[in-house]
Amino acid sequence: MSITTEQSKVNARMKNPLFLLWIIGTLAIAAVPFAMPSLQLLVSFAMAKGLGVLGVTVLLRAGQVSFGHALYFGISAYAGAFLMASMPGTDFVIVLLAGTLGAVLAGLLVGLFVVRYRGIFFGMLNLAFSMIFWSILEKFYHYTGGADGIRLARPTVLGNALNHVQFELVLFYTGVVLMVALGWFTTRWFASPIGQLFQTIKTNETRLEYLGVSPRRALLSGYLLSAALCGVGGVMMGMAQGVVTPEYVWWVRSAEMVFIAVLGGAGSVQGAFLGALIYEFVRTYASVYAGDIWQMILGGFLLIIILFAPGGLIAILNSVFNRGSGKGGLDK
Amino acid sequence: MSDVLLETRNLVIKFGGVTAADNVSLKIHAGRNLAIIGPNGAGKTTFLNICTGWIKPSQGQVFFEGEDITPLPPRKIVHRGVARAFQIPQLFTEHTALENLLIAVSARDHLRNPLMDMHAIPERDEMLHLLDMVGCADAADTVVVELAEGQRKLIDVAVALALKPKLLLLDEPTSGVASSEKHAIMEILIGALKEADVTSVFVEHDMGIVERYADEVAVWNSGNVQLRGTPAEILEHPDVIRDVIGEVV
Repeated sequence: MSITTEQSKVNARMKNPLFLLWIIGTLAIAAVPFAMPSLQLLVSFAMAKGLGVLGVTVLLRAGQVSFGHALYFGISAYAGAFLMASMPGTDFVIVLLAGTLGAVLAGLLVGLFVVRYRGIFFGMLNLAFSMIFWSILEKFYHYTGGADGIRLARPTVLGNALNHVQFELVLFYTGVVLMVALGWFTTRWFASPIGQLFQTIKTNETRLEYLGVSPRRALLSGYLLSAALCGVGGVMMGMAQGVVTPEYVWWVRSAEMVFIAVLGGAGSVQGAFLGALIYEFVRTYASVYAGDIWQMILGGFLLIIILFAPGGLIAILNSVFNRGSGKGGLDK
Repeated sequence: MSDVLLETRNLVIKFGGVTAADNVSLKIHAGRNLAIIGPNGAGKTTFLNICTGWIKPSQGQVFFEGEDITPLPPRKIVHRGVARAFQIPQLFTEHTALENLLIAVSARDHLRNPLMDMHAIPERDEMLHLLDMVGCADAADTVVVELAEGQRKLIDVAVALALKPKLLLLDEPTSGVASSEKHAIMEILIGALKEADVTSVFVEHDMGIVERYADEVAVWNSGNVQLRGTPAEILEHPDVIRDVIGEVV
């Protein structure tokens, strides 16, 4: 592609109000620890959860829904916790990489099996694997701490032992960097040849086979990416909370990820983070001010989205900001 | 006679009580357009399905350029040089016509770089030319689901040609197309095949199309090749007139 074309693309993007909104939004998030420190932890949780939701979103692009992706969220968090328990003082980066690696390896093992199935079978098999892992975590008490879970001790950061406040700040900004970097990577991956082939699973596997590509292998590539993203989110969440419990892989957590993905805009990268942020806010404040009916509020919220804006929050923003420009919907 | 590109030997397959391929032995020669005709249920599409590995025969073998490809899955047969266009176009309906071709060529050459923009691949201009060859240049940026059936048929062929095959199997390329457009579509199609130097086998029900565009004709009946010859020989044969064309002799 010529430099002029590339430049004109960049110019067009800079003039897109929605793109500017994302930049402003990211900068606003980056300002939270100083502007609204009370929200720092909540936003950290939302970003970690958003990374997991992004993993679910990847699969939605291929028309597949996983009801068990909390498995990778949990595996990476437990991998980090086990690493810290066996090697105290391990560096933050190593914990992050080890947790992600654990999720990818688990994704490879499970993925080789589940990519043979589609639709409801794909969704339920993922659920089955996550529940098996949940049972292992619950029953092998001496190793996993059972329902109480295990502590994920605070790692060092580039060799420095930080206090609680400093570490939370590092975690927060790592979350921001990961959100931007992995969001960018996933967007690029969607636009790449392998990403495009992966997405065609949704519309025509027969043609895919007749292009000389194994649909299972194409699905596996996206499945591994989704497991890795969930893994990054899981280990970040584990370090933010300082304790890892079987609740990380509980089916409700998986359903929550699908819920947020639909809320944000099924298939949208930005929607995954926007959905996670709004979900965390609604959940936190609804549970404070509406006691036991906060789930009802969230359910009602999702119902309204599905009925009146099936493209999710991102589609609403697209229609508001790109009205008249003919743009809208999701990038392929 | 030219070189044999694809050869089947004694293919047999049954679906329940129906014999869809009954000891089918056939040679397909390079550089010629072979039309397959026959009544519905004669086993024409089954033959294409076997040749492309979609269905495995219970007996017999398929050879492509001398290699036994019988046990291979369709994707591996595609890599050998056998492509397929379908009776119902098999396209990626949420993508544009150009994107369908870019995906096809990406599947062939560009799966290693996860950060490469598919729209920036070097073959983009080549694919635009291919769309032009099949008369669909105007549809390049239109989402496939919004296109007419005739255009979808042509794009389905273009997707197969993007793979640079040696042999293209087409299942009823003019079915579902208005009668007035059939010859125009075949004209474009045969022209594109000639330009790409691709041998073709096409299943067809329209005898006017067969007469005009086929170099050879094979008549299918009850799961086997009943007759084979030039269009002039075949279309005047009393059995063909009775069983396929449907006129009283």
